[in-house]
Parts: sequence; structure tokens; C-alpha cells
Amino acid sequence: MQLIFEQSVPGRKGVMLPASDVPRAAALPEGLRRAEPAALPELSELDLVRHFTNLSRRNFSVDTHFYPLGSCTMKYNAKVLENAANLFAPLHPLTALLPGGSDLCQGALGMLYDLAQMLADITGMDEVTAQPLAGAHGEMTGMLLIAAYHKAKGNQKKYVVVPDSSHGTNPASAAMVGYEIITIPTAPYGDMDMELFKQAMNSEVAAVMMTCPNTLGLFNPHIKEIADIAHSHDALMYYDGANLNAIMGKVRPGDVGFDVIHVNLHKTFGTPHGGGGPGSGPVGVKKALVPFLPMPCIVHDDDSGQLRVQTDSPQSIGRTANFFGNFGVMVKAYAYMIMLGREGLIQVSEQAVLNANYIKEKLKGYFELPYDQTCMHEAVFSASRQLEHGVHAIDIAKFLIDKGYHPPTVYFPLIVKEAIMIEPTETESKQTLDAFIEIMIEAAQLAESDPAAFAAMPVSMPVTRLDETKAAREQNVCCVG
Amino acid sequence: MTSHYCPHTPQEIREMLDAIGVASIEELFAPIPAELRAKTFNLPAGMSEFETLARMQQLAADNCSQLSLFIGGGFYDHLIPAAVDHLAGRAEFYTAYTPYQPECSQGTLQALFEYQTAICRLTGLEVSNASLYDGATAVAEGALMALRATNRNRLLVDGCINPASRQVLKTYLSNLDVEIVELPPLDGLLNRPALAQELDDRVAALLVQYPNIFGCVEDFSPVAEQVHAAGGLLVTAVYPVALGMLKSPAEIGADIAVGDGQSLGNPLSFGGPSFGFIAAKKAYIRNMPGRIVGETVDKNGQRGFVLTLQAREQHIKRHKATSNICSNQSLCALRGLIFLSALGREGLTELAQLNYDKAQYAKASLAAIPGVTVLQSAPSFNEFTVSLPKSADQVVGALLAKGIVAGLPLGQYFEGSENLMVVTVTEKRSRKEIDLLVRELEVALCN
Amino acid sequence: MSIYFTKEHEWAKVNGNLAQVGISEHAAHELGDVTFVELPAIGKQVKQGEVLAAIESVKAASDIYAPLSGKVVKVNSTLDATPEQVNESPEQAAWMLELELSDPAEVGSLMNKEQYDAYLKSL
Repeated sequence: MQLIFEQSVPGRKGVMLPASDVPRAAALPEGLRRAEPAALPELSELDLVRHFTNLSRRNFSVDTHFYPLGSCTMKYNAKVLENAANLFAPLHPLTALLPGGSDLCQGALGMLYDLAQMLADITGMDEVTAQPLAGAHGEMTGMLLIAAYHKAKGNQKKYVVVPDSSHGTNPASAAMVGYEIITIPTAPYGDMDMELFKQAMNSEVAAVMMTCPNTLGLFNPHIKEIADIAHSHDALMYYDGANLNAIMGKVRPGDVGFDVIHVNLHKTFGTPHGGGGPGSGPVGVKKALVPFLPMPCIVHDDDSGQLRVQTDSPQSIGRTANFFGNFGVMVKAYAYMIMLGREGLIQVSEQAVLNANYIKEKLKGYFELPYDQTCMHEAVFSASRQLEHGVHAIDIAKFLIDKGYHPPTVYFPLIVKEAIMIEPTETESKQTLDAFIEIMIEAAQLAESDPAAFAAMPVSMPVTRLDETKAAREQNVCCVG
Repeated sequence: MTSHYCPHTPQEIREMLDAIGVASIEELFAPIPAELRAKTFNLPAGMSEFETLARMQQLAADNCSQLSLFIGGGFYDHLIPAAVDHLAGRAEFYTAYTPYQPECSQGTLQALFEYQTAICRLTGLEVSNASLYDGATAVAEGALMALRATNRNRLLVDGCINPASRQVLKTYLSNLDVEIVELPPLDGLLNRPALAQELDDRVAALLVQYPNIFGCVEDFSPVAEQVHAAGGLLVTAVYPVALGMLKSPAEIGADIAVGDGQSLGNPLSFGGPSFGFIAAKKAYIRNMPGRIVGETVDKNGQRGFVLTLQAREQHIKRHKATSNICSNQSLCALRGLIFLSALGREGLTELAQLNYDKAQYAKASLAAIPGVTVLQSAPSFNEFTVSLPKSADQVVGALLAKGIVAGLPLGQYFEGSENLMVVTVTEKRSRKEIDLLVRELEVALCN
Repeated sequence: MSIYFTKEHEWAKVNGNLAQVGISEHAAHELGDVTFVELPAIGKQVKQGEVLAAIESVKAASDIYAPLSGKVVKVNSTLDATPEQVNESPEQAAWMLELELSDPAEVGSLMNKEQYDAYLKSL
């Protein structure tokens, strides 16, 4: 397909602006004006619409294809959530900070307030800030809170402990806040090695970051003990909420020793992933960390019974984003939560876990299952048996594309060779799961009967396999013209 | 109650449990020790989508959406062509995820490549990433990028940068070994004497913004030369709509440009989601944070697009990554691209001119009110600072009661600025609204 | 001149008090198509085992550790434009840098070619 810039015809326009109703002002001094207008594409509205419509058709998406991308929770995004978000489009965020302004946005402030309370209930935390704009941003905010906590106590802390199965964002977020990383290997039983963990702990550890269930889809039964050990060193427990979809109503991280948590509204609470964002990563904390939460925050004014915005607090870490966070995403998550309600959210976790275990059982005869236990919401296989025939996880991914399935996550977690990480989510029907299972079995059989067939795949897409080396070496990241 | 978002029938659940070899769903949760199980879970009962929407409508009705907005401060009330909503609302875009599998994600990948191109052309710089979270975090990421690229640890920050961005920068860097020196504004402009005093060979970058928080536009070209001579980088925060008229960051000599893309086709939505952008000279591409889309070819030599230079990123480099960012604001960036493509080369210029003309009209009208003066130290684009004969808070409060958001009072950000407010005029404000603002302001000043 | 290897798959060709450094064929193969080599500044002092350089492929990034202590006196800047040399000729053309050794006796802690081959088999 042509780039939109390649379709440009000088003088054409895709939209007409209103005529000016004021006199033309004297021009800015030349030293401040740009020499040439930016070379943006020039095309009619129809050509614009066709271009982007045709581009959209070159995507797999949840609405068009089963999308069992592990660790990403690609569940169905209810359509009513989109309608709900549009209701708040014209509100300017700074209105709430003006004298008398909070009275004019009680609905928005009320939603933010309630959302925080509901998330606190789900996670077992005392307070929640919704300011972080994505999961990793939540992690960084959490690490800043932990750093502020230790600083206030006069603690000298240097390290953050993470298991080697963690998401890459965990060590990256801790490093952005200036911590050094101690990585603990995974034991043969699929959880962080307890002995090595105990040896690694010392008084300079600021926090232990855990994903629970972890990226192998396994729930660590020793989590309370780990928390107790961490706390005995005055290290705090951080919960990466990426896998919260597995345990809603079953376990509350705050009850089992976690002090800080982020949740991914775009994973667990049904908001769309947008081709890579926007997400939203609210952070919940226990009481001891509440004084450090970022500003602005929403407070209930007992005198007036109204909600208002607080912009300052002596011990706050400050501000992690421009305003209140990805508000539009929160509106969708809030609508999702009130729609599903208590029973609905419990059912979400139950059926997410049911679906993952169903796939695990049906496929374990065909693919290596390195940790053969009851899993939570995702199952991690290895293509090691297929590799004996020269077929890699990536080849199986490309086979699935040709069959009309978005591939699972491959090559993550890093600790499983040729990993294939399947997260079906709760919204898929048994028929969809059965059809997917059949195709996966077909892939396993083809790996034995005709391994060479994979090399050409995919053949049904607008492009075949792409040369990523060329892209990385040449770095053509924009169209010159 | 079975929700239609969890489609299994009881019969199917039975069959699946049998296939797994367990008696109940509860058994699947057996790996979680009983003492760790939730004791409380207090959410209210669920409801239908119709009741849900009604509840959301009620909440929305508790907001006043009919305000005449003369406030900006980083988020601007601009027109959004209808095509933006419809195209970005295509489920193939919004229900996809990060394009890890390029062959079945060419739609998102090509769109992001086009987005990067649009940002490069707008800023005049050579490389852009596929978006950051927002304008404020983009300032912080731009600063971090400059620190990495220069291997220095001192930042000079123009005090005229949006206070929210400066706060985010401070918070981001609060635990790192970096010295941040804020140059206090001088008459609404970069404090050049202070800059001369502070600039040394430890400075990684000078961070500036144009138009700045006061609405002033100044020529930073000489400043760029000064900073480069000291071996530092110039990082500029910019308002993309203003780039329809103002010198691009590249023309000024900036090394890194950042900004908030809300004004490009994203609704105000109480502050988000929008997107942050970052562009730079090509020499600094390896220090860029976040996803980057690159052009390549497939096995048949056909053009295609992939995520590239991923070895900078957290999923490969973990604690040594250039940033922890994973999810960005792709869909908002797509809206930005559609917006810029709809307007096109002439349209963006025209839009900037409309904003400029209306703001100049408002500026002159407000300056004519006795007791009101306008900050004249530098030209302005679509925002300007007025000095009132009484507290700006009081005046803004009085006008708010009449449905007009007259501006952003500066007293909360700068000491001794209680009577100052920044007035923003976009193309959406009619002459009638501007005239009404002037009249009501006069009334408020008399009372 | 003799070639020695580390467990992290660097090689060092030692000639008097100078040593050329690169990565082994095994390492180059494991990394896949190399896209970038980050070379140190000339004059950089390193101790044995410290991070000396870094190398990136499409899907991996790894550090290169100093096989021996010393000072960087030369770098192979042709790798900037043609990092593919690391895949094509990892133990010849794609030498990365030259160290002036501060303690040539450290060579004793490295593996010779035979020992390294045996080590690879044991992995």
C-alpha cells in the first residue's frame, strides 16, 4: 500500500475550516515564523477515509480474530464502554482547579473517586491513585513511592529484587528510579527459588517486585512467607498487576502482604488496547505509603459534601503525569466494573482460569509443558519438541497467522526456551477454543510431517516475513520526501 | 447470573472440567492456600449495559459541558474533523495490541510509520518514536534522553515551561543523581543572564518551551548556539498546532523536540488520554525511549514495516533499557495522524492563522479595558498573559458562574502573580464569545 | 600470537602486552544478525570482567566483558557501518578493540582454543 504521503496532491484538502470572523492580525516577526509549511499529506476526505479504512483491514484485532497474546489479556472490549467515554469528551481538566470549578465537574470527580475505591476493594489496598498512564508508568510510580517511604524513614536502600520470570518493565522501572537490580532465578517448581531469595535479601533491599500468578501462569503458594521475609528487612512488596485477571475475588494482594500494586485497566478491566495504548495503570498502596501519593488527588470535603481537587501535600512524590491520568480509559474501566459487578468479576477470573487450563490439558500431549501444574489464566508451552524438527516458536506463530489466529506471545518469559504463552481470556467461547486447539495440534503434526513448510509462512498476509535486520541496520523511521 | 461476556453454558463448563479432570472450577484455584484467599470483596451487583450507560449519563450530567473555554495550559479546545472519530473508531485499530507480529499488524505499523513521518515533518527533525504517554512525561523523557546522549548530569530548565511538566520532570528524576537548575522567568521569558551564568560543561541540556506558559514566543536560535558551544543539547517542548506558523524546532537548532499531541484530534476528556511525542536528530536515535517503527522489505522484496531497534527496550534490555515504557498512546497518535492528514499542509497553516488572529483580536480587546494590561515582552500565538487590577482567582471565579472559563490564573504557580492570568483563544471561540468575555470581564472588574 | 577465550565467549589474541578482543563464533551465532556494536572510548581503563562494550542483534542485547585488564588503545570503527562483519568473520575481521594489558599474567585465567571447545560441548 502507498504511504499517505505518497498520495499527496498539492492544493487538496481533507477538511474545510470555518471562515475567520475577526480581522487578520499583523504577522509575527519573520524570525519567529517557519520558512515552509510542514509537508503534510494533501488529499480529499474520501481518499483519506479509504486510506485509513484499508490500513485497518491489514490488522488482526480482538474484534476480528482470536488473540491469545499471553500477558496482555486481550479480552473482548464491550461496545458500550466506547459510548460511555464519549460522554466526557468536552471537559477541560484545569476547570476542576479553578475557584468554584470543582462544582462544575462533580460527575468526573465522582467517577475518579469511586473508581479508586472500587480498585482498592478489589486489590485489598487502602488508597489508589489513578494518575499513572500505563502499567509500566504505574510500576515507576510505585517505585517512586517506595523510594519516598524509605527516604522518609531514613532507610538506606539500594536494591530491588525481581524474579527472572518478571516482565522486563519491572527491572526497567526500578532502574529508572535509581535502584540496582538483584535477579532471582526460577526454581524447577516454577516459582522464584526460595533459598536463593533468602540469601539475596539484606537490609539494603528496598522492594521485592512480584507478579502473582507469575508469567508462567503459576500462583506462588509461598507468597506470604516471601512478604514476611521482605518485611523483616523493611523491604516493601510490590505487586505487578498484569495478571490480576486470574484472581479477582479470589485473592486480594493487599491481604497477603503486598504494600504497593499497579493494575492495568486495559488488561483486566476490559478497555481496548488501541494498537499499543492508551492504557491506564492505577496504583494502590497500604496506609504507610498514602502520604507519598502523587498530586493532584480527589478528596471528599465533609463540610460541603462535595468532591474537590487537592494539589499539594507535604510528602507527596509530586506529579507523574500532566493531569488526572488517562481519564477516558478510566471511564471505560469504571463502566466495565459497575456493569459486571461483584459476581461478574469473580466469574471473569474463574472462566479465564478454566479456559487456560482447558487449553493446557488439550495441548500438553503435543507441546512441551515445562511446568506441568494447574495454571491460572495463562499456560506457557515450549516448542522444544518441534525444534527437534527445526521448527521454532516463531514458525508456529506464522502458521497460526495463516490460519486466522493472532499468535500467542512467543519467546516470553525468557526463562522458557521457545516459549509459547497462551492467554485465552474469559470472553472466548468453547467453540473458539476448540477450533484453536485443533489448529495448534495441526501445527504440531505439520512440524513432524513437513517441517520445511513453515519457512514460507505466512502466505496469506499483505507481506511475507519481514527483514528485521535490515530495519535495525538502516533505521528508516520516517518517509523522506 | 451468567454474563454474556463469559459465554460458556453450564453444560460446556461441565465438559471442560471433565476434560481437565477436575470436579469444579474451585478445584482449579486449589494452588492458592486457603489462608491467602480473599475474605471480603464488596463490589455492588452488576447490571445490564443499558443501566450502565444510564448511570454513566447521570455522572456526565453532573458536569458542566457547555462552558466557553478560554483556558489552555497544555490542553486545548480544538475542532476535530468527524473522520478522526470514525477512522480511529475502527475496531481493527482500537482492539489490536502492540504490533509484535508484523505480518498481521501492517495496518497499525504503517499508520505509526506515517505518524512518525508527520511528527518529523512538523518538527523538522529526522527521527520520531511511535509516541509517549503525554506532553509532561515527554519533557521528562526528553531530559533523560539528553542525559544519556551526553553522559552529563546537570539540566537547566527554563522556568517558563508549563509548571505541570516541570513537576513531572522533578518527580521522574527525584531519585537519580541529576542536578536540576530552574532558571526563574524574566518578564515572562527565558532568563538569559541566569542561563549565561549557569551554563557549563556539565550541562546535558537546556529545556525550553514555546509558546511558553505565559504564551510568549521567543527566538531560541542564539540560545541553541550557546548551549551547543558548551557541549549540551537543546530540548524544546512545543505546541504542535503552533508549528503551523512558528519556526520548527529544527530551524531553531533544537536537538530534541517533545510535546503533547492532544491538540491534534484528541478530545479534552478531562485530561486524557492524549499522547506525547518526541523527535530528535538521527544521531540520538539509540537513546530514544519507547517503540520505533522502521521500514524494511519482506522475502519478496515488498515494502513492509516492523518495530525496530527493540534492543533499546525493556523487554530485551530490562534494567539497562532506555526507558521502562511499554504501552504508549498509539490510538491517540493515530488520531493525531488522521487529524494532520485531514488538514494537510495548507490546513495546518490556516488553523494556526485562525488561532493567531482570534487571540490577537482578544488580546487587543482585553488590553482596551481600563486597568487591564497585557504582557508585551514578546509576541504571542494563541495564548497571552493579562494583568488584572485585582486577583485573577476572583475574576475567574466570577466569570465561571456565567459559564465562561476566562483563563488560567498564575498565582498558584508563580509567587507574586496573583493578578496574572493566561487567556487562550482557539479557532473554536467565535468573535461573539470573545466580545462577551471582554464585557463580562469589565463587569467583574467593576464589582 | 595466541588466542584465548572466556566463559562469556569473548576472545583475546595476545601479542606481548597488547590484546585484540572480539566475540567467538559461538556467541555471534547465538546472537543472530548483529545490528550494532557499541565500542568504548579510546583510553578507557578496564579491569578483567568489567563491561567493555555492548552488542545488539534484532532480538537481543548483551554486554562484552573485558577478558583481561588494561587500557583501550584502538577500536575497530568499521563495525559502525558494517556490524554484519561480526556474523561473517567474528574471530578475524570483526575484532572490536585492542587493549594495552596492565597485567599480562591474567592470561592464565583464560581458556585456550581446545579448552574452550570442550567448554562449549559441556553447555
